Amino acid sequence: MTMASLFDLALAAAVLALAWWTISTREAFAAVIDFVAYGLLLALVWVRLGAVDVALTEAAIGGGLTGGLLIGAAARLRATEAAAAAERPGPAVRLIAAVGSALIAAGLVAAVLSLPDPAPTLAPNAAANLAATGVGNPVTAVLMAFRATDTVLEKVVLLLALIGVWSLAADRFWGGRPGPHHQADPNGALAFLARLLSPLGIVIGAYVLWVSADEPGGAFQGGTILAAMWLLVMMAGLTDAPPLRRRWLRLLLIAGPAIFLAVGAAGLWLAGAFLAYPVAWAKPLILLIEVPMMLTVAVTLGLLLAGPPRRLE
Amino acid sequence: MLGPAHIFGVCGAALVGFGLYGLIASPAPLRKLLAFNLLGSGAFLLFGVAARRGAAAGFPGDPIPQALVITGLVVAFSATGLAVALLVRQFEVSGASTLRSDPPPPADAEA
Amino acid sequence: MSGLIDLFTIVAVSAGAFFFLAGTVGLLRFPDALTRLHALTKADNLGLGLVVLGLLPHAGGLLAALKLVAVWLLVLLSGATISQLIARVARREAPPS
Repeated sequence: MTMASLFDLALAAAVLALAWWTISTREAFAAVIDFVAYGLLLALVWVRLGAVDVALTEAAIGGGLTGGLLIGAAARLRATEAAAAAERPGPAVRLIAAVGSALIAAGLVAAVLSLPDPAPTLAPNAAANLAATGVGNPVTAVLMAFRATDTVLEKVVLLLALIGVWSLAADRFWGGRPGPHHQADPNGALAFLARLLSPLGIVIGAYVLWVSADEPGGAFQGGTILAAMWLLVMMAGLTDAPPLRRRWLRLLLIAGPAIFLAVGAAGLWLAGAFLAYPVAWAKPLILLIEVPMMLTVAVTLGLLLAGPPRRLE
Repeated sequence: MLGPAHIFGVCGAALVGFGLYGLIASPAPLRKLLAFNLLGSGAFLLFGVAARRGAAAGFPGDPIPQALVITGLVVAFSATGLAVALLVRQFEVSGASTLRSDPPPPADAEA
Repeated sequence: MSGLIDLFTIVAVSAGAFFFLAGTVGLLRFPDALTRLHALTKADNLGLGLVVLGLLPHAGGLLAALKLVAVWLLVLLSGATISQLIARVARREAPPS
């Protein structure tokens, strides 16, 4: 039993304990805090599994943004907790659920422990074609070159989720500003943090995108950091949420997928297939796609957290 | 030999079990949403185990499942965002966060 | 020489871990929000600072070492501000007698 295995066991035990507390604790707010801590520990698990890009994404989106979203939801839904708790299913249903879940988990454990050895892998294929993409980080190459179609569709899914959120607004508020008008003391601690941290955060977000060519990073992680800085500045009252009918906002939202699709269509004509890149132009094209994609992801994630429009301009 | 793939594979399977139980047994929709996210992250961990076992050609893990998990995390967040917006709107319109099988109120709820 | 560096790393990281432990004990044992915040800042500032100090010799270059220090400074900044905000709310809701 090596030190690394001991550490892995302790980490797995902590993750499972937090997951159990998340579903079993009585108060919703405590459950959300447990979930945020769980997300951050899960990022460590991803590092132990050798997936640093996934760890960054889990920490930023799974831990940070989802935590912010759920804390806001728990605060707003606090009045319904008593009524909801009264609707708890009876002991018979819970017993069947527990037995069923245990059986499914046991089945998955059996599947995990009987995976084929040596494991099938596409890593040699990725390594063989990495030079043609112009990037050194294999995960970036997969996201932006080998499986770029998935990434385009994912951008569109993000946009559709945002339109779904917008459609929940009352008719008279369509196109208005989302969220309340935050007013914090302009000389207080939150405004100070927003003024100091947001320029640093913007630089770090751009850095995470730039360095993703050869090191762990990526457009989603960088975009999440940018979204977090924008939300911080809005919550400190230094800027108000923009009205959703503004043209620049809507252009920013579609810039990412539109340029991605345009480059894909150009690939039909220049390199023979949708989203194929001519080898000499691969790196510049990937950059051309990634920068608007990061901006679109930042704006979309920030607006998903802000929610449907609630006030007129 | 107890490697990280085995340990975290069992961990991911257990998370799927916890999430499924929480999804069925928790009455409040927000708790169901948390349990659903647990279920999703457990499934992603199983992907990660497959990626770790596919380490070859000098990479610490097979990059294709890792990229799929990154895509999945972003999509899961957007689904959670939509679900939270639905929950909050449901609360604003009807005053409760759960759906009851009661008859609808006689007056139409204001849009 | 590398043995000395490893010893320094072990001592510094262990001291940092001790401060994290002390902060956690304080979080669990102190009576109200303000004193718990006080305990947590010890973990943030001293604990993380010692861990970062211990890892600096293994950083792999000046730029990586500066990034580690930047991580510590960012945690200091955000931790201090959030502690202020939480303390303000805690004092408003339960004024210390």
